[in-house]
Amino acid sequence: MTDLTRLSAAALSDLLSAGDVSSVDATRAHLDRIQAVDADVHAFLHVAGEKALATAAAIDARRASGEKLSPLAGVPIAIKDVLATNDMPSTSGSKILEGWLPPYDATVVRKLREADLVPLGKTNMDEFAMGSSTEHSAYGPTRNPWDLERIPGGSGGGSAAAVAAFEAPLALGSDTGGSIRQPAAVTGSVGVKPTYGGVSRYGAIALASSLDQVGPVSRTVLDAGLLHDVIAGHDPLDSTSLSDTWPSMADAARAGLVDGALKGIRVGVIKELSGEGFQAGVKQRFDEALTLLEAAGAEIVEVSAPSFEYAVAAYYLILPAEASSNLARFDSVRFGLRVNPEDGPVTVERVMSATRDAGFGPEVKRRIILGTYALSAGYYDAYYGSAQKVRTLIQRDFASAFEKVDVLVSPSAPTTAFKFGEKLADPMAMYLNDITTIPANLAGVPGMGLPIGLAPEDGLPVGLQLMTPARADARLYTIGAALEQLLEQKWGRTLLSQAPDLSATEMFASEEGAV
Amino acid sequence: MSEISAEQVAHLASLARIDLSQEEIASLTSELGQIVEAVAKVTEVAGPDVPATSHPLPLTNVFRDDEVVPSLTVEQALSGAPDRDGDKFKVAAILDEE
Amino acid sequence: MAKAELMDYDKALELFEPVLGFEVHVELNTKTKMFCGCANEFGSGANTNTCPTCLGLPGGLPQVNKKAIESSIRLGLALGCEIAESSRFARKNYFYPDTAKNFQTSQYDEPIAFEGAVTIELESGRTITVDIERAHMEEDAGKLTHVGGATGRIQGSDYSLVDYNRGGVPLVEIVTKMIEGAEHDAPEIGRTYVHAIRDIVKALGVSNARMEEGNVRCDANVSLRPRGSGKLGTRTETKNVNSLRSVERAVRYEIQRQAAILAAGGTIIQETRHWHEDTGTTSAGRPKSDADDYRYFPEPDLVPVAPAREWVEELRGTLPEQPSLRRKRLIEAWGFTALEFQDIDNADLLDEVEATIAAGATPAAARKWWSGEIARLANAQGVPAGTLVSPQHVAELAALVDAGTLTDRLARQVLEGVIAGEGGPQQVVDARGLAVVSDDGALIAAIDDALAAQPDVLAKIRDGKVQAAGAVIGAVMKAMKGQADAARVRELVLERASAQ
Repeated sequence: MTDLTRLSAAALSDLLSAGDVSSVDATRAHLDRIQAVDADVHAFLHVAGEKALATAAAIDARRASGEKLSPLAGVPIAIKDVLATNDMPSTSGSKILEGWLPPYDATVVRKLREADLVPLGKTNMDEFAMGSSTEHSAYGPTRNPWDLERIPGGSGGGSAAAVAAFEAPLALGSDTGGSIRQPAAVTGSVGVKPTYGGVSRYGAIALASSLDQVGPVSRTVLDAGLLHDVIAGHDPLDSTSLSDTWPSMADAARAGLVDGALKGIRVGVIKELSGEGFQAGVKQRFDEALTLLEAAGAEIVEVSAPSFEYAVAAYYLILPAEASSNLARFDSVRFGLRVNPEDGPVTVERVMSATRDAGFGPEVKRRIILGTYALSAGYYDAYYGSAQKVRTLIQRDFASAFEKVDVLVSPSAPTTAFKFGEKLADPMAMYLNDITTIPANLAGVPGMGLPIGLAPEDGLPVGLQLMTPARADARLYTIGAALEQLLEQKWGRTLLSQAPDLSATEMFASEEGAV
Repeated sequence: MSEISAEQVAHLASLARIDLSQEEIASLTSELGQIVEAVAKVTEVAGPDVPATSHPLPLTNVFRDDEVVPSLTVEQALSGAPDRDGDKFKVAAILDEE
Repeated sequence: MAKAELMDYDKALELFEPVLGFEVHVELNTKTKMFCGCANEFGSGANTNTCPTCLGLPGGLPQVNKKAIESSIRLGLALGCEIAESSRFARKNYFYPDTAKNFQTSQYDEPIAFEGAVTIELESGRTITVDIERAHMEEDAGKLTHVGGATGRIQGSDYSLVDYNRGGVPLVEIVTKMIEGAEHDAPEIGRTYVHAIRDIVKALGVSNARMEEGNVRCDANVSLRPRGSGKLGTRTETKNVNSLRSVERAVRYEIQRQAAILAAGGTIIQETRHWHEDTGTTSAGRPKSDADDYRYFPEPDLVPVAPAREWVEELRGTLPEQPSLRRKRLIEAWGFTALEFQDIDNADLLDEVEATIAAGATPAAARKWWSGEIARLANAQGVPAGTLVSPQHVAELAALVDAGTLTDRLARQVLEGVIAGEGGPQQVVDARGLAVVSDDGALIAAIDDALAAQPDVLAKIRDGKVQAAGAVIGAVMKAMKGQADAARVRELVLERASAQ
C-alpha cells in the first residue's frame, strides 16, 4: 500500500479522481502521521481530527454520486494560524487570542472549502507573524524535521514543517518579509508569495497591511501552483486586491517541464544578494543552480540593486509602524484575553494595558513600541516617511532590473537552519535573516522559494528565491518547475526524500550513532 | 536623533497601552536603541525629490455599492466577548472622556 | 466644583477680541456604513448591524462606500470647496472602547474637499463669509452607556456598555478657518453658521440633519485675543453642543469665562470642554496633551480616491440652489417683510410655502395658513407641520376662500376635516355641506324670518340706523350655520328692510 503521506498533492489528486483512494483514507493517513510525529515537530496548534474525517467523508460521497469536483477536492491541507477559520481556534501564535473562535472564515479559507480541500488543522507560527524562526510563538517552537534541534524558519515554520514532515501535502502560509519563502528554504520545501493583491487578505490577521500576502506552501512547484489557483483572485472585501484574471499557475508549472522551457530566459543575479557574506554551502549550491540553468539555455546576467542595502532598515520601520496600529484592536473588549490589573483601580484603560502586557510576547512588544516611535510626532518624516521613500527606490531598482532580465534570483536565506536560541539575543541579527526576501514585499513583486540542495557542511536544506515582475506570477511557476525538474533529474530523487526519518522512536540527525 | 531614552519608551508604552515593567522598559530601551540606530540609515537616501510609496501596486477608486449586506448575528458578534450584558459588550469603568 | 466666574459680556468684548472656529460633523444618510455593508440604521437592536470590519475583529478590512464619496463631494461643492484630484484615507490612532479598531479611519493631509466658503446673514443684516478650511470623510464611533454613576455620565460610573451599531457610520467633518472680526456677533455667528450648514446638508439630501438625533454635531473653538496685543489666545474646544441655541450659548459662555480668567491674570488651559445644556455652562474635559499624538499615517488597507473631473461636474449639476441664495430670491418674489419671512424660515416651512404658491395660492395666503392655523395645530399635536396637510390641499383651500365658497371660519373647519383624513378640501366641503350658501333666495328667506322676528330692529334700520342691522345679520348667520357670506347678508338685509 502506497504511503499516502509521501505523495504530492497532484499525485494524490489523481488517485482521488480515479477513485483509487478515498479522501477519508488520505485524511486518516495524514492524521496518523501527525499523531506519530507532531509531538516532536510541533507543527500544529490544533488538529481537526473527527471534523476533518467528516469533511472528507462528505466529499467522498459527493464524488461517488457522480458530481464533478475540483482538482484538489479531497486533498488535506494545513492552515497557518494567522487565518480566521470559523470552526478552529485562530490564535496567530499569540496568547492574547488563545482559544479564539472567529465568527467567520477568511476569504481564502472559504475558497479552500468551496474547492473541497480538507482542513487538517492550524499550524504554528511566530506570534503575529513577527519572526524568522517560530521561536516567538507563544505556544512553543516548531522543530525542523531535518534536525529537531533547529528552527524551521519563520514566521510560517509550522506550515513548512508540516509539509516537510509529510504531515500534510499542502499548507497555507502568509508572507510579510519572507515568512513563506525563508521557512521553505530551511525545510527543503516550496513556498510562494504572490504579487501583492493577488490573493485576498480578508480574514488574515494583519501584521503589515502593505506587505502581507497569503500564499501556498508545498513540496513541489506544481502543488503550489494547484493551490495558488484555488486561492488567487479579486475579493471585493479586500480593497487592495487586484481585479486581474489570473492564468492557471498549475498550467504555468506544467509548461516549465517542456523541453527548452528555459532557453533564452534571462536570469538576473542580484549583486547585493549574490551570497557574499552568506554561509559557504548556501553560496555553493546557489552557484551550482545557476550553472544548471545556464546549461539548460538560460542566460545569467548580473544586475545591481543598490537600494536593497536599505531594504531591511525600511522594512523594520514600515512593518512595526503598520503593525503597531493593526494590533491596537487587541484590547480585551470584544474578543481575546482580558486581564485585570493586579492592584489599583480597575478602569478599562488599565485593563487594556494589563491585558496587552500579559498577552503579547517580547518581540511583539518590541515592534509595537518601535512602530509607535516611528509614527510619533516629530519622528514621522525621518523614520516612517523616509522608509516609504526607500520603498520607491527599491521599486525603481526592480523595474530597471526587469528591463534587462526576465527573472531575478538569490539564495532564499543567508544560512541554513540555525539552532534554537542562536539568534534570540540580538534582534538585529534575527532581522538580517530576511535580507533576501524583504525587497519583494516592499515592492509588491511575487517570489518563490524552492529547494536547491543540502549544504555540504551541515547536510541541511538550501533554498533559491525567484522573483518576477508584479503580476508575472505564472513565470515563477514555469521557471521554478523547470529548475526543480533539472535538480531532481540531477539528484535522481526529490530533496525531501532525503530528510531523516521521523518515526515514533526518535533520534536526532545530529546525535552520534544516528543512521 | 537615533538615541531613544527610557522615558521615551515609557511614554510610547503608554501611547500603545502596554503596561511594561521596569525591567522590560530597561531592556527595550537598549534593544530599541540598537535597532533605531540601524534603521536610521533610511534617511541617507530618502531625499526630498523621492516620492513616498504607501501602496506597492497603485490602485485608485476601489468602491463598494451602497447596498446592505447581511451582518453578523448578535450572538456571532458577541461570541468572543470576555464580558457582556445582554447584547452589549461590557467593560470596566472608563477613566478618560474622549 | 466651584462655579466659574463670568465677566459681563460687553466688558469682555471691550477688553478682548473673540476668535472662533467650528468643526461640524455631519452624519450621512447612506444605506450602509462608510467601510462595510452593514446597515446604517438608527434605533436597531444593540450590535445587530456589525461585521468583522466594523467590529474591529482580527482580519477585518474596509471597503469604501461609493455613495458616501458622492455625498461628500456634493457637500464639498455646496460649501464652495475644491474637490481633490487625489484624496486619501488616514488612520488616526487612539485607544477608546467605542472605537473598535482603536484607530479611526479618517482623512489627514489629503481631504476630499478644501478651500471653500459659506456666506451667512445675521439678524442685523450683517453678512459674514466663513472660510472653510476643509471637509473630510471619516467614520463614527460606537455608542457607550455608563452604568452606576448618578447622572449616567462617565464620572462615578461602575462599568460601561458598548454598542457598535453606530461604529462605522459615515461622517463628513467640516472645519472652518479661524473666524476673526466676529466682535459682539460671535455667539450669533456660531448659531447662524451651524444653521446654514444644516440647511445646506438638508437641501442636498445627504443627511437627515436632525441635531436632536446627532445627525449634525458641532464643536466650538473659542479663544480671546487681548485688544491691541496682536497675539492669539489659547483656545478651548467645546463639545456636545447639540442644538443651534446651544452653539450660541456656549460661545457666549466661553467668551465670558475666558475673559474673567484672563482679566484676573490667569491663563487659559488648552483643553476640550463639555457643554451642559441644563446649567448653561462648560466644564473641563481632558487637557489636550502629548497623549493626543494621533500618529496619522496613510491608511494602507485603502487606495486613493481620485474622482474624475467629469464625475465632479456631473455632481455639481445635481446641486440644489444654495439656501442663502434661495432665501434672497424667495423673499423678493414673495414680497414679505423680513420678520414675516423669518417667521416661516424659523418654523422650517419654506418648502411647504413654496410648494403651496406653486400650486396656485398667493404668497400671503400660503403664509397665513402655514404659519397660522396649520402651525398651531402642528404644535398642539407635536408633529412637523408638513406632515399634517399637503401644499396642494392648502392651495385648494385658499382658492375656495378666494372664490367666496368658504369664509375664513368655514375654511378652518374644512382644514380640520382634511387633516382628519376626510379627503381634499372640496370633498370635505361637499361631505359636510360646509359651502357658503350663494343662493340669494335661501338667504332672503332667512332674512325675512329674522326681520319678522325682530320688528324693532327693522324699524331702526328703516329709520337709517344701519348699525342695528348687526343683530339681524347675526341671527341670519346663526340660522345659516355660518354658511353665508356676512357681507352679502348685510347687503340683502338692508335691501329687504327698505323694501318692506
